[in-house]
Amino acid sequence: MKMWTREDWKALFSSDSRIPERAVSTVCFAVIDSETTGLDPTKDRILSLGGVKIIHGRIAVRDTLEIFIAQDHFDASSVPIHGILKTGPNARIPEKQALVQLGSYLEDAVLVGHHIGFDLEMIRQARGRHGLPPLQNIALDTGRLYRKTLLKTPLLPKKPSYSLDELAKKFDISCKDRHTALGDAYITALAFMHLLGQLNIKSDTSLRDLVRMAR
Amino acid sequence: MSNRIVERVADFLRRYPPFNELTAKDLKHLSSGVDILYKDKGTYIFKENEPAHDFFYVIQRGAVALRMGDGGEIIDICDEGDLFGLRPLMAGENYKLEAVSQEESILYAIPISEFRPLIQSYEEVGNFVIESFASNTRNPYSRFTNADSIGLLPPRMSIRAETPFTEILPIHPRKDLVFCTPQTPAQEVATLMTAHNVGSVLVLSEGLPEGIITDKDLRNKVVTGRHPIDAPASEIMTRPVITYPAKMTITQAQLAMMKNGIGHLCLTEDGTTDTPVVGILSKYDLMLALGNSPEVLLRAIKRTRKIKRLKPIRNRVEYLLKGYLENNIPMSITMKLIAELNDACIKRVIELSLRKEGKAPVEFAWLAMGSQGRGEQLLHTDQDNALVYEDVPEGESEKVQQYFHQLAVRVNKGLKTIGYEYCPADMMASNPNWCKPLGAWKKTVTGWIHNPGKEEVLLSSIFFDFNFTYGTRSLVTELSNHIFSNVDSYPMFYYHLASGALQNPSPSGFFRQFLLEQDGEHKDFFDLKRRVLMPFTDAARVLILSHQVRSINNTAERFEKLAELEANNREFFLSCSYATKALLKFRTKQGLLHTDSGRFIALDTLSKEEKIKLKRTFKILKELQELISLRFKVTSRVL
Repeated sequence: MKMWTREDWKALFSSDSRIPERAVSTVCFAVIDSETTGLDPTKDRILSLGGVKIIHGRIAVRDTLEIFIAQDHFDASSVPIHGILKTGPNARIPEKQALVQLGSYLEDAVLVGHHIGFDLEMIRQARGRHGLPPLQNIALDTGRLYRKTLLKTPLLPKKPSYSLDELAKKFDISCKDRHTALGDAYITALAFMHLLGQLNIKSDTSLRDLVRMAR
Repeated sequence: MSNRIVERVADFLRRYPPFNELTAKDLKHLSSGVDILYKDKGTYIFKENEPAHDFFYVIQRGAVALRMGDGGEIIDICDEGDLFGLRPLMAGENYKLEAVSQEESILYAIPISEFRPLIQSYEEVGNFVIESFASNTRNPYSRFTNADSIGLLPPRMSIRAETPFTEILPIHPRKDLVFCTPQTPAQEVATLMTAHNVGSVLVLSEGLPEGIITDKDLRNKVVTGRHPIDAPASEIMTRPVITYPAKMTITQAQLAMMKNGIGHLCLTEDGTTDTPVVGILSKYDLMLALGNSPEVLLRAIKRTRKIKRLKPIRNRVEYLLKGYLENNIPMSITMKLIAELNDACIKRVIELSLRKEGKAPVEFAWLAMGSQGRGEQLLHTDQDNALVYEDVPEGESEKVQQYFHQLAVRVNKGLKTIGYEYCPADMMASNPNWCKPLGAWKKTVTGWIHNPGKEEVLLSSIFFDFNFTYGTRSLVTELSNHIFSNVDSYPMFYYHLASGALQNPSPSGFFRQFLLEQDGEHKDFFDLKRRVLMPFTDAARVLILSHQVRSINNTAERFEKLAELEANNREFFLSCSYATKALLKFRTKQGLLHTDSGRFIALDTLSKEEKIKLKRTFKILKELQELISLRFKVTSRVL
């Protein structure tokens, strides 16, 4: 099986032809976030996954995803951030089962995440370990979308990257449950909806135009 | 099943009725079925005649306007925590109104299928639903549950014109009864009425209504001397009490009062005097339910028991204001009435804060400054205020200061709750510099007058427009006497005040085009306040003070007085007064239109006529500034 390289991901983000012309209002967006043991996709592991779906500006609370993954790799230094201990109250499932569950939750939804490249890379590595093919979903990064909303002015230079905290502050979203996968996915989902409003994305805007914007 | 988001939803809902009645388990279950909606500003949630959704809505963030079909009159504006769109669901009807997000909003859509069982299992929830239908508003808790809480009433005309509103509207009597026994002495009865601020007291014996004592009874029977002041209630009461059943509509109640020539209805369980009293309904309660008149609003303000309940009343004041402007009621009357109502709100906030903080250790006075002090504040703008208290002996000063600081912090916070933003320059009583004993104030003011720099002129100008709001008036009088005696001995002060009045940049450029703001947040907007209103205000102040007139704070009235004092400039000052009123009206209309302070104006939104009117005031302003420059021998870079 072919391993996906960074170039492949770039291609995935930029190939217009496979992005349908569908109106944004008909698209199912799945906002995802992962908590990991660290920042190195080759060594670190996913601790938990969270997902929230948005269809036509609407989140169904029932249709959310939160999975905790049983660990053998463990990095004590990241515990203070996410608070997921090696053994905790939340039921954990084996990594492979979690990935399959994630896949069936996502189906062909358009993925949305804050700095989603990292989450996708973590998932890609994990799937690779279990011989699963990479996800083929189209992906949007709220970090990039946010940069598009900022004014172009030499007085206010854009930062290379904006944290989810900065977005939450900007859109006045409560940071309750920050640093849990589902909590972050939810905050990202609300931020994403605000961003669509700010970027003047109407319900009949095509998905292709939206993806172009997020580049 | 994941539930972090469910908890988030539940945490929000449990703060608002009727969800506060639910057990944690039921609330969690209900929350898990919720959809979360994002609505950009100006998008529809539903339209008139659209079939009812499977959901009703609670606003988590933002605001939603309910309007008559197709962009018609706004009936109601729902705020965070408000619930709407329930009635058609229960009645199985199409939507009768349309709902549009007024700003970026997040809504919780709650499935009716999950909610319906709760109506049956919780009595409180059921009552909430029934009441919200009957009263035709979204939230019965925001209104009428006791006589001093009233919510946003829909603008009167639209409702009256469309539906026979009052025909079906049920009455909401006062349930916290004020009553006495037949043995209670008259004086005690009067004390009771004063304490509760009511106009009538029921005389109950064994829970049944025996008679009623109203203001009129006290006047006719006691004050006239026909009965002694310690006469028992049974001797002075009116009996038998005219009783009615509690289930009646407002129209029926009105008829009942007219028919019997009485101002209070006693409501009993079955409408006879043989069953216990369930409530009392006064004419005022009826008027409250029926509409907005300044007297009714004033009364409502005085009866309010919680600061946050003042907010909906203030919103109604805004409706009143809109109506006045639309009907071209003279601006001088409008200003007076609205200022009166605003004043009453502030007074009430102070009274309620005093209840929390306990009695003040020494006498004090609360001062409104700036536009409120001049009686020109029509819209919700910033709060500018100060507090002065009696001088206290050295040893106690710290404790007393501590008390007043805490009081001021509470009042400032309360004022913010009801819609006055904090002053960006921190000119508020909660700032220790603006909350001082009389002696310290005198020293401060003397300093300003003797060494007027640019800053001092600004500060003292505020102090010439203050208005006494609450407390002991003599403290204010003494301070103001002090200020004036000082000014008299330092005539140079007028020179500085006059040059201060000429500091603001002129409104139009060389070619008579409007000068727009060059930078900042309001770039390319016209700053109506700084460029036109303030120069008029400043000019009126220095002119009237130089005439030693100190009792008038209002700018338009100051110009009128000037017209009276200076016969040769009469026409000119009258036109200044007119221009001031026109500008204030213009600003208020702009503010109402854009729901802001009306200070910054986008010129392209103005009609040609409006622009011409504005420019006319510029010409008057220019002449006014020339007059000041000549009279006080000030040269200005502006002219």
